[in-house]
Amino acid sequence: MSELATAATAGHTERSGSLWADAWRELYRNPVFVVASVVVLIVMSWAVFPTLWTSTGTDGGTCELVDSRLGPSSEHIFGTTFQGCDMYSHVINGARPSIIIAVLVTLATTLIGVALGVIAGFYGGWLDTVLSRITDVFLGLPFLLGALVFLALLGEQNIWTVSAVLVVLSWPPITRIMRGSVIQVKALDYVEAARALGASNMSIIFRHILPNSIAPVIVLATLYLGGFVSAEATLTFLGVGLQIPEISWGITVAQGQDYAIAGYPHLLIFPCAALIITVLAFIVMGDAMRDALDPRGR
Amino acid sequence: MGRYVLRRLLQFIPVLLGTMFLLHYLQTVSIQINGNPITALFGDRQPPPQTLAAITTAFGLDDPCLQQTGNPCLGMFLDRMSGYTQGDFGVDFNRQPITRLIADAAPVTVRLTIIAVLFESLVGILAGVVAGIRKNGFADNFIRLSTTLVISVPVFVLGVLVQIGSGLYVGVWLRDNGAPEWLSAAFSVTYQTDHPWASLLVPGVVLGAFSLGFIARLTRTSLIETLRADYVRTARAKGLSRRRVVGIHALRNSLIPVVTYIGIDLGALMGGALVTEGIFNIPGVGGLVFGSVAAGETPVIIAVVTMLTLVFLLASLLVDVLYAVLDPRIRYE
Amino acid sequence: MSATQDIKPADTVGIGREASEKQSRKEAARSDALGFDPSAPLLEVEDLHVEFRTREGVAHAINGASFSLSEGETLGILGESGSGKSVTAQAIMGILDSPPAFVTGGQVRLRGVDLLTLPEESRRLVRADRVAMVFQDALSSLNPVFTVGHQLAEPFRIHRGYSKQEARKEAASLLDLVGIPAASGRVHDYPHQFSGGMRQRVMIAMALALDPDVLIADEPTTALDVTVQAQIMKLLADLQAERNMGLILITHDMGVVADVADKICVMYAGRIVERADVHSTYGNPAHPYTKALLESIPRVDLKGQQLATIEGLPPNLTRLPDGCSFEPRCSWARERCRVDDPPLYDVGAGRQSACHYYEEVLGS
Repeated sequence: MSELATAATAGHTERSGSLWADAWRELYRNPVFVVASVVVLIVMSWAVFPTLWTSTGTDGGTCELVDSRLGPSSEHIFGTTFQGCDMYSHVINGARPSIIIAVLVTLATTLIGVALGVIAGFYGGWLDTVLSRITDVFLGLPFLLGALVFLALLGEQNIWTVSAVLVVLSWPPITRIMRGSVIQVKALDYVEAARALGASNMSIIFRHILPNSIAPVIVLATLYLGGFVSAEATLTFLGVGLQIPEISWGITVAQGQDYAIAGYPHLLIFPCAALIITVLAFIVMGDAMRDALDPRGR
Repeated sequence: MGRYVLRRLLQFIPVLLGTMFLLHYLQTVSIQINGNPITALFGDRQPPPQTLAAITTAFGLDDPCLQQTGNPCLGMFLDRMSGYTQGDFGVDFNRQPITRLIADAAPVTVRLTIIAVLFESLVGILAGVVAGIRKNGFADNFIRLSTTLVISVPVFVLGVLVQIGSGLYVGVWLRDNGAPEWLSAAFSVTYQTDHPWASLLVPGVVLGAFSLGFIARLTRTSLIETLRADYVRTARAKGLSRRRVVGIHALRNSLIPVVTYIGIDLGALMGGALVTEGIFNIPGVGGLVFGSVAAGETPVIIAVVTMLTLVFLLASLLVDVLYAVLDPRIRYE
Repeated sequence: MSATQDIKPADTVGIGREASEKQSRKEAARSDALGFDPSAPLLEVEDLHVEFRTREGVAHAINGASFSLSEGETLGILGESGSGKSVTAQAIMGILDSPPAFVTGGQVRLRGVDLLTLPEESRRLVRADRVAMVFQDALSSLNPVFTVGHQLAEPFRIHRGYSKQEARKEAASLLDLVGIPAASGRVHDYPHQFSGGMRQRVMIAMALALDPDVLIADEPTTALDVTVQAQIMKLLADLQAERNMGLILITHDMGVVADVADKICVMYAGRIVERADVHSTYGNPAHPYTKALLESIPRVDLKGQQLATIEGLPPNLTRLPDGCSFEPRCSWARERCRVDDPPLYDVGAGRQSACHYYEEVLGS
C-alpha cells in the first residue's frame, strides 16, 4: 500500500516543507485545536489580568456572611460561596495559582528533562548509566502519593513548595523520552555527516539533535500543563497544597463539597466546570499537536 | 529469566533505601524548622515539660541532631532501618503498632484496586477495540470524545460529583423504592463494613475512570496500528474470518502495550486511592496516609509509603516479566 | 481438488449447515459449493479497475488489467513500484484494504466463477483453499507472537476443521516439504528464530497448505540474499511443477521473470502495456517501456558503458494524463500520444502492446 501512496503523491512538489511547518499548517486548520487554544488563552488571561474580567479585585472582593450560599442572581451571576464571597470572582481568581504552578513546573521540568536527556543520550557511557539509574529511582515514586507525602512532611505549603515538589516528581518521564529520542536522532546519517565535517558537539546538539528530537517532549509538555493544573487542584483539595486565604479552585471545591450535599450544587458546579474545561483544553491541544507531529497515529 | 528477576530484586534495594532516606530527611528538616511535632499534637493544652520530654523520648524524637538545621540525622535513620529489617515498623501516636494499622487497612484497598483494575481494563479495552475496528466511525468519534473528557476530569472532582450524584440522588431513590440492601449499599455516600465489596463499587469505578480513558485510547491506537501490519494481511489471505483476524491475530499484538500500561497503572491507582478513599471515607491504606498526614504522624507515613513503593516496584517487575511472556521476541537474561 | 460434485449457486453456501453435525460444518467450510466449473479456464482477469479514495483525491491504481492463467503455467507480472502489480494481486485475493481501495469494475473468474461478485463469507473460503499468496517480507508477514506451527496449522483448522493434533502434524510435514531441516522440532519456534530464507520457506509452506490451484507470489525473493533468492525460486518452481499449480509471479526483477515465467505482463501506471510470452518479449520488446526496462539491466557484455536509465517519474495516479501515461518519459512519443490513449494492439501471435508505434519499437 505504501508504494502506491508514494506513487500517488509523487509530483506534488508544492506540498513540501519541514515537519514543523506541516504540523503548524495542520494545526491552524484544525477547529478543535483553535477552540482549545482560545480557551487556554482566556484562562491564561484570568490568571494574568483578573481585573479585566472582574471588578472585585484579586482578593475575591468583600465577603458578607449574610450572603452565604446564595444561588445565582443578577448581582452574583454564579451565586456566592460558603463565606458569602462572589463565586464568579473566585472562579476567575482561582485560575492564577493553577496556571502559575502549571507553567512554572512545566518550564522547569522540560528544561531539566531535556538537559539531562540530551546529556545521557548524546554522551552515553557512565554518564548515561548514572543518570538512568537516578531516573529509575524517581520514576519509582508514585506521583500523587509522593507529592502528598513530601508536602505533608515539608510542612510548608505555598506556590513555591508545591511547584518544587511537582518538579522533583515529574522530570523523569521527560528525561527518558528525550534520551530515547536523542539516541534515535544521533544515529541518523546527517548527524554522522555533520560530525565528519568537523562540527563541534555543541553545534551538533543545538543545530541537529535538539530540533529533530524535541517534538515528543513538546507534546508531553502540553499534556503536562493540563496535568499540573489538575495536580495543584488535587493537592490543594487534599489540604497539602495552597492554604486559605489564597484563592484556588481546589479550595473552593473542598469548601463546597459538604454544602453541595445539603442542596447547594452551585457551590461545586462552577469551580468544577472551570477546572474541567481548563484541563480539557490543555489535553485537547496536546492531542492535536501529537496528531500533527506524528502522522502515524491518525 | 530467573537471574533477571533476581537482578531486578537486588536493584530494588537502592531504590527503597533512597526513597526511605528522602522521606526521613524531609521529616528531620521539617522538625528542625518547625519544632517538635509532639508540641503540635497537644495544641493549646500543653502538658508540663517533663511529660512532654518523656513522650518525645518515647517516640525517639529526642535526638540532639534535630536541633541542628540541615543535619541529616543518620543515626535516627539507621535506627529506623534496623527496626524495619526486624519487622518493627514502630507505633503511631496512639501506641498502635503500625504493622497492625496496615494489616487492617490493606485488604480494603486491595479490594478497591481490584474493582478499579477490572473496571478500567474490561470497559477500556472493549471501548478501544470498538473504536479501533471502525476508525472514524460514529462509535470511534463518540469514544474518543468521551475518553478525552474522562481524562480531563481530576479524580477528586469526579469523586465529589459522583458521591453526590450516586449517594444522594440514586441512593436515596433506591432506598425509597425498596431496593435490596446490597444495592443501596453500593450507592451510599460512605463505606459500609457489612458490604465490603458492594460499597466499594462506585469508589472503584471513580478510581478507575481516568485509566479507563487512557486504556481505551491506547487500545484504539495500538489496534489501528496493528491492523495495518503485514501479518494481518497474511491472516486475511489465509481465509480467516474477520472476527478471527481481529480477535486473535491483531488483538494479541495490540494488547501488549495495554497490559504493560495496566501494570504500571497499579502505582498510579495507589495515588488515586488516596483521594478516593478520602472522599468516600474508606478505611484503606489511602485513608491511613490521609489521616496520618492530617495528624502529622510521620512514622506512619514513612512506613506506609515505603511499603507502597515496594508494591509499586513489584508491580513494575511483574509488568516486565509479563511483557516477555506476551512477546516471544523479548528475552531477558 | 475435487470441484466436480454439486454445482450450486454461490449464495446457497450456508445451507449446508442444516445437515447438523460437525462433519457438515467441515463441508460447509469448503469452497467446493461455490459452483466452480472444472472445465472452465483456471483464472481469467478481465478489465479490472481499482481505485484508492484518499484525502488527496482518487488514485486510479488499476485501469483495465486483463490476463489469464492456466494450470502449470507461470505468469510474470512486471513493473516498478506503484505500477499496480501488488494491488492486482490483492484484488484477486480480495484482501485490499477497503476503504481506501475499491474495485470499481471488471471480473476475476476462477474456474468460471466471478470472485468479485461473491459475498465476503464465500470469498473467504476461496482464499488459501483455491488461491493462496506468498508475501514479500516474511518477517513482517508472519505474526511475531504465534509459533510457526500455530500459523501453519491455522488453515487446516479453519478450512478443514482438523483437530489441533492433526493440524500440528500437517504443519510439520509442510515444513519438511519446503526443506526445513528438523521440521517436527521447529513447529514450536517463533518466526524471529528463523533465518530470512527459512522464513520465506515457512511463508511458502503456509500458502501451499491447502493445495491451492493458484499461487500468487508477490516479490517473494526481494528481501533475500542473491544465493538464497535462487534457492527460493527453485523451490517455487519445483513445487509448482509437482502440483500443476498456476503461478503468478510479481516482481520488478527482469532476471527472475526470464528464468521461470512462461508469459509476462508488463504494467505501467495501473495498465498492462505489454503482454506476451517471455521469449518474444526479451528478444524483441514491443513497448518502449519494456525496452527501457530491459536496457536498464546491468549486463556483463556492456561493462564500462553507461547504464541506461528511464528519465522522469511515473505519473501521479490521481491525475492521469489524457493520452498515453508513458508519453512524458518516452523517446518515441509524438503529438498523438499526448491526446490519444493507445489500446492494446495485437502485435503478433498472442502478444499485445499498448503503443501506437509498436512497429517502430519492434523494428528498432
